[in-house]
Parts: sequence; structure tokens; C-alpha cells
Amino acid sequence: MILSNGNILSPSTHDRFLTGILWCFSLLASLILGLILFFLVYNSLPVLWDIGISKFFLDSSWHPSEALFNLTPMLVGSLLIMLGAILLAAPLGIVSAIFCRFYAPKVIAVFYQSLIELLSGIPSVVYGFWGLVTLVPLIQKVNPPGTSLLAGIIVLALMILPTVSLIADATFANLPKEYFQGAAGLSLSRFTLLTQIILPASKSGLLTSVILAAGRAIGETMAILMICGNIAQIPDSLFSPVRTLTANIALEMAYAMGNHRSALFVSGLLLMVIIFALVSLAHRAGKGSVYA
Amino acid sequence: MNIPTTIEALDLSSTIIQVENLSLHYNRKPAFAEVSLPIYRDQITSLIGPSGCGKTSFLMCLNRLVDLVPLAKMSGQIRFNAEDIAQKKVNVVALRRKIGMIFQRPNPFPLSIKKNLELPLKEHRTKNKAEIEEIIQTTLEAVGLWKEVKDRLRHSALLLSGGQQQRLCIARALVLEPELLLMDEPCSALDPLSSATVEELIQQLKEKCSLLIVTHNLAQARRIADYTALFWFAEQTGKLIEYGPSAEIFNQPKNQITEAYIRGERG
Ligand SMILES: Nc1ncnc2c1ncn2[C@@H]1O[C@H](COP(=O)(O)OP(=O)(O)OP(=O)(O)O)[C@@H](O)[C@H]1O
Ligand SMILES: [Mg+2]
Repeated sequence: MILSNGNILSPSTHDRFLTGILWCFSLLASLILGLILFFLVYNSLPVLWDIGISKFFLDSSWHPSEALFNLTPMLVGSLLIMLGAILLAAPLGIVSAIFCRFYAPKVIAVFYQSLIELLSGIPSVVYGFWGLVTLVPLIQKVNPPGTSLLAGIIVLALMILPTVSLIADATFANLPKEYFQGAAGLSLSRFTLLTQIILPASKSGLLTSVILAAGRAIGETMAILMICGNIAQIPDSLFSPVRTLTANIALEMAYAMGNHRSALFVSGLLLMVIIFALVSLAHRAGKGSVYA
Repeated sequence: MNIPTTIEALDLSSTIIQVENLSLHYNRKPAFAEVSLPIYRDQITSLIGPSGCGKTSFLMCLNRLVDLVPLAKMSGQIRFNAEDIAQKKVNVVALRRKIGMIFQRPNPFPLSIKKNLELPLKEHRTKNKAEIEEIIQTTLEAVGLWKEVKDRLRHSALLLSGGQQQRLCIARALVLEPELLLMDEPCSALDPLSSATVEELIQQLKEKCSLLIVTHNLAQARRIADYTALFWFAEQTGKLIEYGPSAEIFNQPKNQITEAYIRGERG
């Protein structure tokens, strides 16, 4: 491979100019990220100094006005909703991508693909609205109150389905056509090709799609706020209301003061930590070996 | 073996494939036209000619890999085992078992060496573990790879060198015991040493099956091929312009173009 960052090409003035601009922009981008992180930490520090980290997990409940700051219910709520949505969306998204690329007639594949793209463009408040007027009443009939963990999982699964499906499809599209030729030359069945060659070869791409979708799920606020009931307690069933870390911030930001306000920043920090963990996982998955 | 009594019978037993008037179009654009030639059993036939004259396309017709190309249209006849395999209704799965293909760029699956050989075996021959082990060993020995890889059968095939990968691909085709092996420039992506190893292997394969090999390397064709066919551009499509025993093609070509081509003046 030819190195693109070395000095193998004589640097023209244009080139230096362009390099300068690129440097500026990437610097700016990392600066903004750094500022956000700094802002989060800076605003979280007062309460962390004041009561320490452990109280956020060991306090009896989340009652900031009474200086009780247990974030565990929200953390559990966020993670449960994310996990549930992933469990629904990952198989569905991957299977649908497989179907489109390897089984479906062209017309249906194209139609489905544009449907998925459309799905990814719908604003989250619309999903929330749909969940509120359609899904929640349905769940309520089965097991009140309706606004629940289950509602959140289903709506969120729909929201992250395009992420999984589109990245999975791109992974399949990027497989070398030699695999297909080779398999056809040996007259392997489509099932063997799929399960023995394509899926193992796509493992890291598929994992990346799921992890990125998880990132999207954990950060979602609006739709979740509308359909999950927002009660700060660890849910004891799929039908119990939950509150997520994101919803927690959105709900209380407007009036929070002092330690309470600072504690909300701790929620934000917690979210950042989770997302950071997911991103580094995705990074490792992307680099992961493709060999079985 | 039967003693041939008529010329016809002799012809049938010694040719494995008889191509008649075969043409191929990609979306109305002709790739090659009206090719007729016999391919002889247990011989090496080489296919030479300038780039783009339809050699790869011709190979892909013989095992119907062209079916994978949308808008490719084939006409003519290909007689193989008393069956016209150019017909739509032919069972291509069975056909491709008997006519294997090796590609220009080695294309092992991104799996372990063992798995690469296991896949076609399990699909078509046997699921018996001991039998599989045995076939894998004998086949790898046949392609001269056993000594080199026997301690790392479970390692990725992609870690092998180019020449080793190509020999693995040949082994992968051989486990199905094909009657005919199509090879599309099997050495052109390899370094000279690996290329020589693979060439040697091809000559040994003659004992196992018939071979049809596309090559740009005239010296190679002259060294290994019993018969040679020259494809050429004529009327904006690939045509077969000369075919015969390699000795004749290379020593007393009948066609002026052939003569110029093998002397390196054209093409
Ligand atoms: N999948 C395809 N779709 C459309 N046209 C094709 C396709 N494959 C090959 N062709 C065209 O058919 C003609 C013959 O191609 P082919 O690959 O068979 O030539 P070749 O003799 O193998 O060339 P080379 O020596 O470079 O490998 C070329 O003009 C090529 O552009
Ligand atoms: Mg070719």
C-alpha cells in the first residue's frame, strides 16, 4: 500500500493549505468533544465532592429534594430497554438484510430497502406519539398501566432496526464476490454459503451494527419519555413503568438546583461512560478477526 | 476399456466435451461467437489469446457459472456425457460437481484450511469424520500441501502464501473428484516460484482429470498443453481461429495470425 500521510508527494501550496484546513477542522471537532466532557465533569464535581460516588448507587431512592440520589433504577431502566430493543432488533435487522440480499426478488428488496431508509428518517417524537396512541393502549388492555418497559422496548426496537439492517446490508454488500463464485463453482447450497461462509465472514460487521444500534438506543430520549411512564424504580416486570437516565435529565433539568442539578450531570456522565464503552467495543469488533 | 470400432466411437471415448457453435452475449454485446471444439479426455488443453477475447467467458459457459451473470445469454451446444449442458433445464449443481473451476486470483474462503476442504465434502460426498480426514489428507498430499500445512489445518487459509492458497483451491476442487477442471490463468497472480510449483502440479493432475487451462503465458502453454486453442478478435467478437495439438500450433501454425501471435508480434 502507498502511504498517504508520508511526504512521498512534493507538497504544493494547495496541498499545505488543504492540510491546514483539515487540521483546523479536526482540532475543532475534538475541542468541542473535549469541552462537552469538561462541562459534564465540571458540573458533576460539586455533588461528587459533597456526597461521593457510592451514594449514587447505594441511596435508598431517587429523591433529590431529600438528598437521596440513587441512580440505579435509571441505570437499570436504560440498560434493560437497550438490551430488550437489541434482542428484538438485532435478529430482525440481520435476518431482513440477509433476506433482501440473498433471497428476495429484486423489486421486493429495493422496496424494503427504501422502507428501512424511510424508517430511519422518522423523528423520534413521531415514534413516541405513535407508541402513545397505539401501543400503550394495547398494552394497557393486557396489563395496565400501559406506559411501560415493554412499550419502550418495542418502540426503541423499531427505531434502531434501520441502523442494524443498513449496516448489516452494507457488510454483506462489501463481501468479495470471489466467495460467491467459489461457492457456486463447488455448487454449495445457498444455505451452506450463508451459514458457513457469509455469516462467519461478516461477524465483525454485524457486531458493529448491533453495538452502534445499542449506542443509539441508550441515548434515545423523546420517544422513551412519552411511553415509559418515567417512575424512578427498578421495574419488576415488562409491564412496569421505568425511567431512563436520559429521561431523568430531560424531566428534571428545568427546575433542578444545587446538588440536584449537579446529580443530573452525573446521569449524563454515566451515559457518556456507557457510550464510550460501546464505542470502544465497536472499535474492537471492527478490528476483530474474520476467520472462523 | 472398450476397443473403439468406429471413428465415431473413438471420438466419443476420447473427448470429454464437444462444443458446437457456442456463442455468448452479455446484454446483447457479443463476448465470443460460434466456437466449436472438442476437449480431449485426460489431456491438458490450453486456451490462449489476447485480453478480452472471451476466454474466461468461455470457461464459465462450460460449468454454467455464466448463469450468475444477469443478462448473459448463451446459445449453441455443449455435449458432456451424452447430455447437452447448454440447455436451461440442466442440473447445474450436479454439473459443477463434475466440472470444477479454479480462478485467476486464489479464492479460499475466509475459514480454516480444513474447513475449506470440509465444506464441499460434507455437502456432496460424505459426513463421516474419519473418511473426511482421510480424503483431506490424500488430497492435500496430491497438491503437495500436506507437509506444509499438516500442523496448522485449523489456521486461517488466508494466512497461506498466494501459491499455497491456489493449491488449496485446487485441492478444494479435487475433493469432489471432478472429471474436468477449468483453470482461469491459475498462475498469473503468483510469483515465479509458486507459479512453477503450481504448473508442476497441473501436469500431475492429468492423471486424475481432464484439464482446460487459460493462460497468457505462451511458454507455459507450450510446456504443459497437449492441445492448444487460440481465441482472437474478429468482427468485434472473440472467435476460435486455430485449434490442434500444441506441437502443431507452436511449430507449424496454419494461420498467419497464430504465427505472428506465438512469435510475440501480435496480441
Ligand atoms: N460480467 C460481464 N458483463 C458484461 N460484459 C462482460 C462481463 N464479463 C466479461 N465481459 C466482456 O466480455 C468480453 C470477454 O471478456 P473475458 O473476461 O471473457 O475475456 P478474457 O479473454 O478472459 O480476457 P483476459 O485475458 O483479460 O482475462 C470483454 O469484452 C468483457 O468486457
Ligand atoms: Mg480472463
